[in-house]
Amino acid sequence: MRIGVLVKQVPDTWGDRSLDVSNGRMDRDSGDQILDEICERALETALQYKEVNGDVEVVVVSMGPAEATDGLRHALAMGADSALQVLDDELDNADALVTSEALAAVLRPENFDIILAGNISTDGRGGWVPAMIAERLGMPCLGSVDDIDISLGEVRAVRVADAGSYRLRAALPAIVTVTERAPEPRLPGLRGTMGAKRKPLTVRSLAELGISSSEPHSRVQSVTPRPARAPGVIVVDDGDGGTQLAQFLVDQGLG
Amino acid sequence: MANILVLAELTPTGAVADTLPSLLVAASRLGDPVVAVATRPGDGAATATELGRLGASTVYVAESSDVNEVLVEPALAALHQATREVKPAAVLLAHSLDGRDIAGRLAVRLDASLLGDVIDVARDGDQISTVHSVLGGAFTVVASANRGIPVITVRQGALEGSLASAEPKRVSMTIAPSASVRVVIDEVVPAAVASDRPALRSATKVVSGGRGMGSVSNFALIEQLADQLGAAVGASRAAVDAGYVPHTSQVGQTGVTISPQLYVAVGISGAIQHLAGMQTAKTIVAINKDPSAPIFEIADFGVVGDAFAVVPQLINALAARS
Ligand SMILES: Cc1cc2nc3c(=O)[nH]c(=O)nc-3n(C[C@H](O)[C@H](O)[C@H](O)COP(=O)(O)OP(=O)(O)OC[C@H]3O[C@@H](n4cnc5c(N)ncnc54)[C@H](O)[C@@H]3O)c2cc1C
Ligand SMILES: Nc1ncnc2c1ncn2[C@@H]1O[C@H](COP(=O)(O)O)[C@@H](O)[C@H]1O
Repeated sequence: MRIGVLVKQVPDTWGDRSLDVSNGRMDRDSGDQILDEICERALETALQYKEVNGDVEVVVVSMGPAEATDGLRHALAMGADSALQVLDDELDNADALVTSEALAAVLRPENFDIILAGNISTDGRGGWVPAMIAERLGMPCLGSVDDIDISLGEVRAVRVADAGSYRLRAALPAIVTVTERAPEPRLPGLRGTMGAKRKPLTVRSLAELGISSSEPHSRVQSVTPRPARAPGVIVVDDGDGGTQLAQFLVDQGLG
Repeated sequence: MANILVLAELTPTGAVADTLPSLLVAASRLGDPVVAVATRPGDGAATATELGRLGASTVYVAESSDVNEVLVEPALAALHQATREVKPAAVLLAHSLDGRDIAGRLAVRLDASLLGDVIDVARDGDQISTVHSVLGGAFTVVASANRGIPVITVRQGALEGSLASAEPKRVSMTIAPSASVRVVIDEVVPAAVASDRPALRSATKVVSGGRGMGSVSNFALIEQLADQLGAAVGASRAAVDAGYVPHTSQVGQTGVTISPQLYVAVGISGAIQHLAGMQTAKTIVAINKDPSAPIFEIADFGVVGDAFAVVPQLINALAARS
């Protein structure tokens, strides 16, 4: 069984994330780049499956600028067997449509039995990339699912939506995206980190994949930072904090 | 005026999802709303009538036995077919689980622009633009499509209002059964009937509890305060992880993003990922026993104190006034 895991570097949500006001793109210098936690959970899901089932190869796949290699090394240190990077120096220009086209091109010849991904990334994308890849590869996509059960030729999982919960099933190969209920990612140990340096990491350029234009499908017209909030009133409870708060709410017409 | 195509999602029981009214409001700002829907065989007429009651004047209906049995595919096929027949100036969907999947696939099929998670839409001549609240509301971005028919997903709860009822014109479409690429639905368990509380995404007031509540039974205090205020109940990720509330109540970066009139955070520290989901609320109130909790930095009114003393007093004081 070969499992592909889509991983992506994003600005650390703990840091000061910012947009370049001139073009609306993520300001890459505004904070540390780390592997998105949701991708680590997808990888953890694959690694746990491998631990239980043995004969499984886990390949992490990412599209991003040269620095994205760090994220891939981290994934290898967690336990992935090899890594595949689509190098795009103009990545900031690539929207979900272009990203999915490039990733589909690199995934197609790999013939993974299953492709795992995060359901939605923290850098402002809407979680479209996996569904778009599924559309391009003609694969079923089980999006935002829990309780993933992979067996020979089939995957089952549960999707909890607003209207109810759906028990789903699809034939492999399929794309499956995990939610925050997927297992907590492991921290790479020293041995993992050392071993990661010797694991294969293949880099492909967009040109090699035959993708010429990374012209985005939409245009940013304006970017406006939110005005800072005015400082509020903070009281220390001396036995009447609840009453004071009630008064505030009533004064605001919110009580 | 140009046609604006709107996808109506149905719940497992065949009811129209509550996201539709705001989609119709958004569509009416851009042109003439036309609704596309996929129903179970035999349900088309009744669903069209219901959509008319919600303000749809034209409904394209595809009846298919795949509905409720195959994930997403019937609605995608219906929407794609309607796009061919209606030739809309834009396609609008809810930014829901299904809406997102369908929008992504449709944008690939049409090789069209995808403008996602918008909080408003506008039109100036032929130009359609969309308003996005990004990085947890830190920036407002206005964007427009560069290519093809823009496919737009609208954030749930972002737009209010509804259209007047209409006597809908119904057009039947035929869609092919979905091919081998299908996700089979083995079972659907409809969500428990919603309580009398307002829905989190569209509520004007929200009371959220965090890890500081300490237990499921203590979390009942949050619900009592919510009921006193007529508010929805929300939570931090730590409270969800601890099992105090279902994950659908999670507010933040990876939960729901809301902009209510009032947000009350109790026993929530105010981690940056939590703030990302609520910092655009009009009025923010915090109760926390730690004076250095970051939530106080964005609070309009904060009480440094023990939630188990402050909240009961607050509930009593509010009850005494009403
Ligand atoms: C990628 C990523 C995504 C994330 N997404 C989200 C998200 O969507 N939403 C989210 O909320 N978090 C999210 N988090 C987690 C976030 O970082 C915090 O861990 C989480 O918000 C903390 O929740 P909390 O404030 O309830 O708990 P804590 O940080 O533990 O805070 C508990 C607070 O309760 C107070 N307290 C304790 N007892 C009392 C009492 N008796 N009375 C009053 N106050 C009391 C304490 O002083 C403390 O401030 C995400 C993290 C990552 C890395
Ligand atoms: N550039 C990328 N490289 C690898 N995987 C990606 C990339 N963009 C998105 N993905 C995958 O798709 C998921 C959803 O991302 P998004 O559609 O950007 O919200 C992520 O969690 C990743 O698993």
